[in-house]
Amino acid sequence: MVTVSENLADAKNAELQDDLRDRPGLWKQITSFARKQPLGFAGLIVVLVFICLAVFAPWLSPFDPEASSYEHMLAPPGTTSDAGTFYLGTDDFGRDVLTRIIYGARTALFVGFTCAIVGATVGLVLGVGSAFFGGKIDLIFQRIMDIFMAFPLIIMALSIVAIFGSSIQNVIIAITIPFIPRCARVVRSSALAIREIPYIDAARANGFSNSRIIMRHMVPNVMAPFLIMLTAFVGQAILLEASLSFLGLGVQEPVPAWGLMLKNAQEYIRSEPWIAIWPGIAITLGVFGFNLFGDALRDALDPRLRSNQ
Amino acid sequence: MRFSTLKLAIGAATATALTLGTIAGAAAQKSGGTLNFVVGSKIPSYDAHVETTFGMIHPIAPFYSLLIRVNPDAPATNDFVCDVCEGDVDKGADGGKLFTFKIRKGLKFHNGAPLNANDVVASYNKIIFPPKGVASSRKSFYRMVESVAATDDHTVVFKLKFPSGAFIPALASPFNFIYSKADLEKNGLTWHKTNINGSGPFVFVEHQPGAFVSGKKFAGYHHKGRPYLDGFRAIAAPKMAARVQAIEGDRASIEFRGFPPKQRDALVKVLGDKITVQESDWNCVLMATPNQKKKPFDDARVRRALSLSIDRWGGSKYLSKIAIVKTVGGVVFPGHPLAATEAELTKIAGYGKDLKANRAEARRLLKEAGQENLSLVLNNRAVDQPYKVVGTWLLDQYKKIGIKATQQVNPSSVFYDILRKKQDFDVSIDFNCQSVINPIADVSKFLPGGGANYSGSKDKKLVEMYDALLRAPTEAEQRKLVRQYEKRVLDTEATHAITLWWYKINPHRSYVKGWKIAPSHYLGQQLDQVWLDK
Amino acid sequence: MLQYVLKRLLLMIPTILGAAFIIFFILRVVPGDVCELKLGGDGGHYDPVQVEICQKNLGIDRPVYEQFGKFVVGIFTFDYGNSMDTGKPVTHEIGLRFQLSLQIAIMATLVTIIIAIPLGTISAVYQNSWIDYIVRTVSIAGIALPSFWLGILLLLFLLNFSDWMWGIRWSPPLIYKPIWEDPYHNVSQLIWPAVATGYRYSAVATRMTRSSMLEVLREDYVRTARAKGLLEKLIINRHALKNALLPVVTVIGIEFAFLMGGLVVTEQVFNLNGLGQLLVHSVTGKDYTMTQAIVMIIVLVFVFTNFMVDILYAWLDPRIRYS
Repeated sequence: MVTVSENLADAKNAELQDDLRDRPGLWKQITSFARKQPLGFAGLIVVLVFICLAVFAPWLSPFDPEASSYEHMLAPPGTTSDAGTFYLGTDDFGRDVLTRIIYGARTALFVGFTCAIVGATVGLVLGVGSAFFGGKIDLIFQRIMDIFMAFPLIIMALSIVAIFGSSIQNVIIAITIPFIPRCARVVRSSALAIREIPYIDAARANGFSNSRIIMRHMVPNVMAPFLIMLTAFVGQAILLEASLSFLGLGVQEPVPAWGLMLKNAQEYIRSEPWIAIWPGIAITLGVFGFNLFGDALRDALDPRLRSNQ
Repeated sequence: MRFSTLKLAIGAATATALTLGTIAGAAAQKSGGTLNFVVGSKIPSYDAHVETTFGMIHPIAPFYSLLIRVNPDAPATNDFVCDVCEGDVDKGADGGKLFTFKIRKGLKFHNGAPLNANDVVASYNKIIFPPKGVASSRKSFYRMVESVAATDDHTVVFKLKFPSGAFIPALASPFNFIYSKADLEKNGLTWHKTNINGSGPFVFVEHQPGAFVSGKKFAGYHHKGRPYLDGFRAIAAPKMAARVQAIEGDRASIEFRGFPPKQRDALVKVLGDKITVQESDWNCVLMATPNQKKKPFDDARVRRALSLSIDRWGGSKYLSKIAIVKTVGGVVFPGHPLAATEAELTKIAGYGKDLKANRAEARRLLKEAGQENLSLVLNNRAVDQPYKVVGTWLLDQYKKIGIKATQQVNPSSVFYDILRKKQDFDVSIDFNCQSVINPIADVSKFLPGGGANYSGSKDKKLVEMYDALLRAPTEAEQRKLVRQYEKRVLDTEATHAITLWWYKINPHRSYVKGWKIAPSHYLGQQLDQVWLDK
Repeated sequence: MLQYVLKRLLLMIPTILGAAFIIFFILRVVPGDVCELKLGGDGGHYDPVQVEICQKNLGIDRPVYEQFGKFVVGIFTFDYGNSMDTGKPVTHEIGLRFQLSLQIAIMATLVTIIIAIPLGTISAVYQNSWIDYIVRTVSIAGIALPSFWLGILLLLFLLNFSDWMWGIRWSPPLIYKPIWEDPYHNVSQLIWPAVATGYRYSAVATRMTRSSMLEVLREDYVRTARAKGLLEKLIINRHALKNALLPVVTVIGIEFAFLMGGLVVTEQVFNLNGLGQLLVHSVTGKDYTMTQAIVMIIVLVFVFTNFMVDILYAWLDPRIRYS
């Protein structure tokens, strides 16, 4: 769904030339962000909560995520056992749902961040490089990007995992590959606009090396679209991973993952609806947090929108 | 081979049909109505001689007749009856090397052409002796057959090279559709992949790809008074949840493969007496096969430890709640006279009832073999029921003896490739799933070099035992030899670790009558016996 | 303009060829083909000779370049061959499924237009008011809400609600009938997946309507209209909305192509025999011809929609044509 914004972002991003360097102090930034972007701030909080869940999962969760308790299969929320209380109930293998949701945050964020960071960074390098060198390189590169962009995101991801088998590595690869051209395109159009600015010419005239021009002048100037794409990718990657796992093509048992939990839960939705409710809430909330935050980030980094406020 | 003459008294033992009223007299049967049922797999092609899946059998079998079939009114008994032939199924002459079948007179294909012995011969020739370039999936089942011929328009004679108890069960395979000789000659041997012209109880009406197949009553059907239904519709529903919801919302009346117990309970809970449940042991089993070509699985101690870790008796109680598996058994379909009794089973490693002792022994064996920190990857198939559920359960069992186990769930193509060609797995899920109950087929799965044994075992002793078994003169002798064979496979050599035999549960709308559960999801699917009490 | 159109049209060719190349080879990288899959069923009897026969019949044993050549020629002549799985023409297999997916996509688009345009407009006009915050939150939540989860909840609701209302459990029909054959049957089956996907889709469009409206509202001609003292309602309906809709229509256009592929998951939940489900089947079943055909159809729709959007933009903004 971000394809939309991306396509339009192409035109818009040409005008994005914000500079991240001269900013007031951190605390002041946060408070002013919270005041100006209450929704974005809420998103940030949600994101931080999920990050904490993922990082501190072993200390926060009451059970081992893969430990089956066959005496307590599909127990309703609040069931108590010798080992403790299953606050959100148990799944078909008698594993604690709360624990698996907390550990599921690990899987989701691991996939989300890896795909987003790798995808966006590779996209950044390719996009800036393509814009900087221009000419034939740019042309060939654009055609290759076009080819990859011709596949809808899920079609490409699905084909990759269906063919190569489903493991967490393949899921990450499957999601990352289609991200690359999407980021590269947006970054390239921003970088192209910067290349036309006289100071790049000046830098060239001064005999600065290509790498110096790229690193010192071009990359910092495309940070805004890069960061916007990156945050958008995290949410998308989480959703895609959940979709693939739901289709049975993503993460595999016994690894705790939200989409996989939903897939199994669907079988028991008649008798034990709770196991289908919690993972759905977790996915929605997680993606929601990243989207809110990303949206606010876009507003904050896009000078045109900012001047409008 | 005397298996054909064995009185297979498995009926009572296997089918614990919870239903009443399905055994109704002819007078009670009502005609009319359309049966909607859901099928969880797709139709690869219409040619049963080539295909191997229930996804083809369930929607297409009602269009065709067979030479002989498992009695659809009592499929649990493994009682073979004539379909297009007349009288009783031949017991064999010439020391079990000559079988003669009289074909009914006045039979017709749906296109109006007459059906006689020549059509039966043409069909079996296609199955047993396909010309070069024509596929036939079960060709290897008929190695004992020397020739098939029609002595006149109404007599078919099978000549065998050697007597074999596996012959009649193989002949009764539900995949042996009778095709028209004229069709085969005029349109070629692959015409039936995409076209249907049978002589079964229903006439093909429509196939909407991926959606449904529909059929209507064949007025000229040879079993008098049948079929009772006006027609049927086989609706594709790949997701289990969708199939359950379809029955709950009465969009479909029945599903013929089987549901896990949880789904049964959910349906019974919301629909009460509108739902009838039939249950039976199932002629399929999953096993874990360690790869002997790979260290340390070439060590029998390690393989035994893997088998010892499995809580079969416990799993039979709890795993059976969420998966379509239940019965603890050995190498032969449980309930068959040749299968091990509970007392016999408990003597096999991993079948003892003291789980703690089993696992302590497993740890000891691993230690002895120097494999205390063993880690392994289980090659599994991307099919939910029961592959993934059993696989996930197995990982948990292995963990209990200190093995670090993960699974690699592969699409079926990759799964097969690893299992059969590459053979580079540590431990793989493996299976044995037959249609007609046939202990020979069951035990041949474990035969080294037999084509279906993927463990990499080269155990010569097992081959000798198998040969002796084939020549055993009496049932008692066979039983004894099967026990030895079983002990060798599951305990001494531990080439395969059998998990739990499948358990078939078919909850259906109570108005569906006449359909009786069989120990296989391939049997009893011509639907001529089914009627609706509406 | 004509020159630009031609140039863009020519540029589509390498893209389509490249996509064909990728899907063709990616399918063949991993061992195992449709024959091994079909002939190695649950029965456990596996006959290598039979597999070879099958491979020969399907032409999988031919050299790869020969197969690829045939496939590429097929793309441009619309001859996709026979499904390797069912042996029937691919076009026959795709026919009704395409119709079903297309109808859901259209219905979802209608749901989107009905929801997105009014909500987005209101949200922009009352920017930073409580109503704006609610609309924005709901629309961001919409993007976050997995459509398959919403689908599951919808089905559960239908079964329970119908039981509570009428004492009979009702679930949507399983078999697709075209709308002109049986409109009630058709709509009662497809409205639920259309809502589940349309809700997500409308969230995207609402956001686009809002931001596009915000931009237009600040344009000079709107200010002029205001200065002239025109009624606010009139300004919004007559001037602003009309101009703001262009990017929204573009978004809806691009998303439409995307939606066709994105239905994959929703179709699974609702047991719909659509293009998405066929793709999952054929890609896991190693049905090369079918997978290639479906992917190429989706790619063609996608590329063509992008082309139309580009042309539309170029037509509206002459600067693009000459850049």
